[in-house]
Amino acid sequence: MTSTAMPTAGQHGLVAHSDGAFVPVQTRSERFRSVNVEDFAPITGREHEWKLSPVAAFADLTGGELDGSRLAIETTDASGISFSYIPRDDARIGTAGTPEERASANAWSTFDEALLVSVTGEDEKIAFVTRTGLGDTPRAAHTVIEAAPNSRGFVVLAGTGAARLSENVEIIVGAGASLTVVSLQEWDDEAVHLSSQFARLGRDSFLKHIVVSLGGKVVRVNPSTHLAEQGADIEALGLYFADAGQHLEQQVYVHHDAPHTKSRVTYKGALQGAGARTVWIGDVLIGNAAVGTDSYEQNRNLVLTEGTRADSVPNLEIETGDIEGAGHASATGRFDDEQLFYLMARGIREDEARRLVVRGFLTDIVQKIGSADLEARLTAAIEAELEGR
Amino acid sequence: MSVLEIKNLHVNVETEQGTREILRGVDLVINEGEIHAIMGPNGSGKSTLAYTIAGHPKYQVVEGEILLDGENVLEMSVDERARAGVFLAMQYPVEIPGVTVTNFLRTAKTAIDGEAPAIRGWIKDVRESMSNLKMDSAFAERNVNEGFSGGEKKRNEILQLELLKPKFAVLDETDSGLDVDALKIVSEGVNRAHANTGLGVLLITHYTRILRYIKPDFVHVFVAGRIAEQGGAELADRLEEEGYDRYQVAESAAEAVPAE
Ligand SMILES: Nc1ncnc2c1ncn2[C@@H]1O[C@H](COP(=O)(O)OP(=O)(O)O)[C@@H](O)[C@H]1O
Ligand SMILES: [Mg+2]
Repeated sequence: MTSTAMPTAGQHGLVAHSDGAFVPVQTRSERFRSVNVEDFAPITGREHEWKLSPVAAFADLTGGELDGSRLAIETTDASGISFSYIPRDDARIGTAGTPEERASANAWSTFDEALLVSVTGEDEKIAFVTRTGLGDTPRAAHTVIEAAPNSRGFVVLAGTGAARLSENVEIIVGAGASLTVVSLQEWDDEAVHLSSQFARLGRDSFLKHIVVSLGGKVVRVNPSTHLAEQGADIEALGLYFADAGQHLEQQVYVHHDAPHTKSRVTYKGALQGAGARTVWIGDVLIGNAAVGTDSYEQNRNLVLTEGTRADSVPNLEIETGDIEGAGHASATGRFDDEQLFYLMARGIREDEARRLVVRGFLTDIVQKIGSADLEARLTAAIEAELEGR
Repeated sequence: MSVLEIKNLHVNVETEQGTREILRGVDLVINEGEIHAIMGPNGSGKSTLAYTIAGHPKYQVVEGEILLDGENVLEMSVDERARAGVFLAMQYPVEIPGVTVTNFLRTAKTAIDGEAPAIRGWIKDVRESMSNLKMDSAFAERNVNEGFSGGEKKRNEILQLELLKPKFAVLDETDSGLDVDALKIVSEGVNRAHANTGLGVLLITHYTRILRYIKPDFVHVFVAGRIAEQGGAELADRLEEEGYDRYQVAESAAEAVPAE
């Protein structure tokens, strides 16, 4: 197991070196962006955004030609949540963000139409979009989830079965809206899924964004959130369970870009089995305009067996001194044998005691999801992971 | 008639400086319903004795036996010992994030009994025991020991003792860190379990204070990894006045004698 934790920024976005010189950190918002794949050089695996990923396992998605036709999806209906397809030139496309790397740009360059999930009305409602049986053709997809001003809704974007998918998801949260988006990866063992998700939050809006990665050979879900207007609030949650040979990655980016915005990022993962691999990178940028920011990000990993590797890299850049709070935490720990002893000293068998501890470790994320059905389903899925199913 | 026997117990622990011998020949017999107090200075090996009985993997038994009704406890895993009827109330109970007290108690009870408790009676028992221990019912939904004060952790240990109904309980400094009110409440819990189930108790303590509320049948003075003296409750009174100095002086004098 390796664990890296490199908070790169102090209170002023600068790193103090021991010789007293200051080295400016590359500001995250100034990264190169383009919707055109040709603007990105072919991938070597040495790029900062790819260096922890097994790039050879998905060269088809970053460099090859993708099938941009509609994906096979199953949807559940809910009054106030509708599904339709919109053309590439729809005005909404590109308003939540643009690609920062080649897989994302490749998908953006090739999708035919975007799936639009439209949330309206103030009643609570939940809808599922399940992508299933995508086969092994390399595919591109684009989804726009739009929550109208003051609307409320809960959208689950799930994936099961086989897939080789590179996609972009745009989440547009209107003023005063309250939206939950769950990206749920329960792919087959051989699936590869690269997902760049861009959220733009309007004034006084709230987004709960949840990434749950359980199945798939390589799953890389990178959510970026632009807190673009005053009072915007993001709760970003993540839960992942990597088994032998699985690579689960998430590069989370929160950009505080308006006064009195708030972010809470909490990702938790477990690793079990030879070659289980996880990556979490958490970038938080508190821009000049973001006075009164309240931000906290954390990542915790629980290592259950030998032969796993968890990378955990929080980065905090602060461009204004006038904030309420900003902090980060990152920890990768082995299974705590004292907890095991305590439970076993109460008669509980070892395998059950282990299950209790792992379930307990992940449960605070599960409990924050806010849908009893989904919570029950995920609890069962975690049990299955623990039993190696 | 249950009996817990400890015979010539020698225990080592691996430290960074190498192997350390901590228990150096402990003999002790506890019969059903008996209360034995073990009193000794810090570092004398009291917790080591407690953990060894419960089967903590850090402690290696190099010699001696522990028998529960003639069965070899040392061959049992930690959970088997608990199911056989041995309970350890820990000096520093462990926090289990994300596992509620309710869930934990039910899981433990099910493991010990070999079947899930009947739901109605169980809920009533838990409520009653919690109320006896003056634990707010909100504790049931909190995570085990997480954010509990020292006193709350100790009550939670005694709650488990009352509900799991073991044959023998080792209480490792259950009194430390308790104010007088909490000490009384916890002691009453131990006395209830003793009266109701014929529990045998090994009460480990540094101070005599708890012995005002839990009356020992036997007192053992524990110094440098073995029992230095034993007697009845009156021995505790003497310790109260004289402290442990007498034994430690004797001990260091003994250690100063060169090995033959
Ligand atoms: N796990 C351990 N690792 C290293 N040393 C230990 C360990 N457990 C106990 N010891 C040492 O053994 C001695 C006895 O400790 P302990 O049994 O905790 O005594 P007591 O409970 O009487 O205060 C102490 O010197 C302590 O430092
Ligand atoms: Mg002790």
